[in-house]
Amino acid sequence: MTVAARAAKGAHSITDETVAEHGLNADEYRRLLKELGREPSLTELGIFSVMWSEHCSYKSSRLHLKKLPTTAPWVIQGPGENAGVIAIGDGLAVVFKMESHNHPSYIEPYQGAATGVGGILRDVFTMGARPIACLNALSFGDPKHPKTRHLVSGVVAGVGGYGNSFGVPTVGGSVRFHTRYDGNNLVNAMAVGLAETDKIFYAAASGVGMPIVYLGSKTGRDGIHGASMASAEFGEDSESKRPTVQVGDPFSEKLLLEACLEIMAKDCVIAIQDMGAAGLTCSAVEMGAKGDLGVRLDLDKVPTRETAMTAYEMMLSESQERMLMVLKPEKEKEAEDIFRKWGLDFAIVGETTPDKRFVVRHAGSEMANLPIKELGDEAPVYDRPHSASPRLPVIDPASIEPPMPHADALEKLLSSPDLCSKRWVWEQYDHLILGNTVQRPGGDAAVVRVKEGPKGLAMTTDVTPRYCEADPFEGGKQAVAETWRNLSAVGAKPLAVTDNLNFGNPERPEIMGQLVGCIQGIATACKALEFPVVSGNVSLYNETNGRAILPTPSIGGVGLIDDFTNSASIAFKAADELIVLLGETKGWMGQSMYLREICGREEGAPPPVDLSAERRTGDFVRALINEKVVTAVHDLSDGGLLVAIAEMALASGIGAKLYGPPAFLTEHGFWFGEDQARYVVTIKPAQADDLAVRAKAAGVPIRRIGVTHGAALTLPGERELLLNALRERHEGWLPAYMAGGAS
Amino acid sequence: MKASVVVFPGSNCDRDAAVALEAAMGRPPAMVWHGDAELPKSDLIVLPGGFSYGDYLRSGAMAAHSPVMREVIKRAQAGTPVLGICNGFQVLTEAGLLPGVLMRNATLKFICKDVHLRVERTDTAFTRHYAKREVVRFPIAHKDGSYFADEATLDRLEGEGQVAFRYCETDGRITAAANPNGSRRNIAGVYNETRTVLGLMPHPERLADAALGGTDGIKMFLSLVETLN
Repeated sequence: MTVAARAAKGAHSITDETVAEHGLNADEYRRLLKELGREPSLTELGIFSVMWSEHCSYKSSRLHLKKLPTTAPWVIQGPGENAGVIAIGDGLAVVFKMESHNHPSYIEPYQGAATGVGGILRDVFTMGARPIACLNALSFGDPKHPKTRHLVSGVVAGVGGYGNSFGVPTVGGSVRFHTRYDGNNLVNAMAVGLAETDKIFYAAASGVGMPIVYLGSKTGRDGIHGASMASAEFGEDSESKRPTVQVGDPFSEKLLLEACLEIMAKDCVIAIQDMGAAGLTCSAVEMGAKGDLGVRLDLDKVPTRETAMTAYEMMLSESQERMLMVLKPEKEKEAEDIFRKWGLDFAIVGETTPDKRFVVRHAGSEMANLPIKELGDEAPVYDRPHSASPRLPVIDPASIEPPMPHADALEKLLSSPDLCSKRWVWEQYDHLILGNTVQRPGGDAAVVRVKEGPKGLAMTTDVTPRYCEADPFEGGKQAVAETWRNLSAVGAKPLAVTDNLNFGNPERPEIMGQLVGCIQGIATACKALEFPVVSGNVSLYNETNGRAILPTPSIGGVGLIDDFTNSASIAFKAADELIVLLGETKGWMGQSMYLREICGREEGAPPPVDLSAERRTGDFVRALINEKVVTAVHDLSDGGLLVAIAEMALASGIGAKLYGPPAFLTEHGFWFGEDQARYVVTIKPAQADDLAVRAKAAGVPIRRIGVTHGAALTLPGERELLLNALRERHEGWLPAYMAGGAS
Repeated sequence: MKASVVVFPGSNCDRDAAVALEAAMGRPPAMVWHGDAELPKSDLIVLPGGFSYGDYLRSGAMAAHSPVMREVIKRAQAGTPVLGICNGFQVLTEAGLLPGVLMRNATLKFICKDVHLRVERTDTAFTRHYAKREVVRFPIAHKDGSYFADEATLDRLEGEGQVAFRYCETDGRITAAANPNGSRRNIAGVYNETRTVLGLMPHPERLADAALGGTDGIKMFLSLVETLN
């Protein structure tokens, strides 16, 4: 019997509670009834609920995401596919994307983080790319919160556990702490892969009557309704949602990678889509909807690892390490042999049809028969009300009385949770596997050699959530600008970004206002810097008990270096070199780490980002690196000038003698202000005149601020800071905290 | 010289090992699939790093019983040199070709970082290019790398000169602080009795290229090429 016939007979009835449990509101359900012309079956309701969930449909954000620039001559594929694709010359393409796995990682940190990494890796190799690097952006609650330690431990182990076993280096990332992430930590994982430009694979199916093939691991009951969970706020009961978290198997994924790349090389594949959020439902619908085709699935053919699974469960399962493909019919046998060789399941579970219907059959019955376009690319879109964040006052640096000597402040900043060394984290990630890691974690951006070289790729993830909270527009700009700056600081030409937008409940106008403001800021900066967005992900409803996270639009950037041996690093290279500050310093104190950590105030407007100064200064630094004028480079960001200099010294073991600020600046503003578009470089003394001439021509202000010297940092009028002691503080906080000590 | 790299499902340093071997030998090694019961004629067999069969059981335990390992064991017993790196070392101990076991790191965590090693002897096929007691820098990347054997076995290994590498300070001193994973007596690598089989946790193939920060590892492959050619 068909679902329509059964509905007509009243074989089942959907109550208001059932609709609400599926996360659909009354309007959405009415629209569903109208589209269908009858009551849906439970399976159909489940399918609609995941496809129309915020997570899959982007219904709150889609309208605003259209403002992002997504094209450039080097962009091969922008947003909308499994990942973005850019050309880097020599017939090679870089495929990359960042995606969140926030809610699962809070409920079950190890598996939540691990499957976040697994999911993003699948997105990349689905397109025909071999993953060459992973990065991440992690935000945790207050270190003093009783759950934070457990979450850090589990998430870091999960990120490492998956990537290490899969065999991809985790080369970079960021870790921050703030009380607003209590109960709602963020795990954003980014993967970067390498493909040939003429061998990119897409999700859109083509051709009627083509076999749809299920590949990879078997389907179980794990992760059912994960996408709906990720589209709701958390309350006290969030931990009871543990069964919705999937379990990762990096070993199967490694086999899936090798098998997929092998059948792609043998030219067997018409279309391919990984089963991520909303599993079989989402992958099948997207393949059909993108190709303007219908899809018929026969669930009796789906490999399962548990008995008596219902159609509802199979359609909503988020079991990991699975793929759906449309194969060329004549290559079926060849593809099957490859999958059998790798010990993976291979089953023909359906076919493409001409009627744009999504039909699911199970045990002799039709369980779903739905219009595929309405499920896929024609899901609801909302223009939610949004209100702008209140403007915060600019803080005059002269109004701040430094509460302690600058040397003490530096020590305190370097051993604060956000600025301390994250070695404890990245030593748990294999950052060297595949043998191409040129610059390891700990610098401005990671650098990975492309094949045998000489090209190299630089990559980084950045965002400053406290700026975004204080001023969403400037904060959005700053996240992009800092990404661009970090790539420039290693000598790379920044090419494109992926954005991972993490916000609270979009049904609240002030949260929606943050989202809209940040997207506008990102769009503005990406346009000005010719730095298009090629992929991304939106994670909303990051709230627990009504309190939202800090707005956190993580930006993952990729840049190209023509010769990786020329890349610059932050470590001082020799004594008696000149230390030079590039860019303009006004001593901006609002929302600075100094104000927060030293003065205990989270206040004021964040530093404005002058995008033309950003571009001018970045282009200048990149040219200096490429021409080997500078010996070390570091961008200025959290903590300002003195923190940057200390990091350069600690990375090398070489100290510095520093000069004081110009008369028009306060000392604390000079040392700790967070003005944007700035870098510190070192040069040999003989280059000083040349640098001055070039900087003048380029319109970039420069200032000599000291010389590399000895094994300590000395500031005028302050006690000497021995690097060994400073290093102990800088390296010590996180291990001590994780061992149960400091907080 | 002909070398073979055994590829288990879940091996993930097989390419890295092949790159280092090719750099030293001037030609690529044969890559041998785990299901193959036959090994090509080889002067050297390399078991690479990774997570063979996922290593959800004890690391290396399943790989030790794979079809290709029966052949590797035969060849090793007949005197063909075998090098096991990281997971390869774990497989060799599980297969009984080397004494001892690799236990979970003392920190209970995966650790990826450069360590310093003291080359304990330089009269073997694997180490002749190193200077006596040379201190070298190799990366480690493992969760199960804490070498364990009973005291009598450890005494015998030391007495017979079967200790290949020890974790040490930059000046060669053997200290607890230099031991990254809790290995007994700072042991990072061991030989079999004939010193034709070597297993070690650190990765020589990962610092075998000046462009990537070091060349201490390539000397091991050059030693093998010189000995076996």
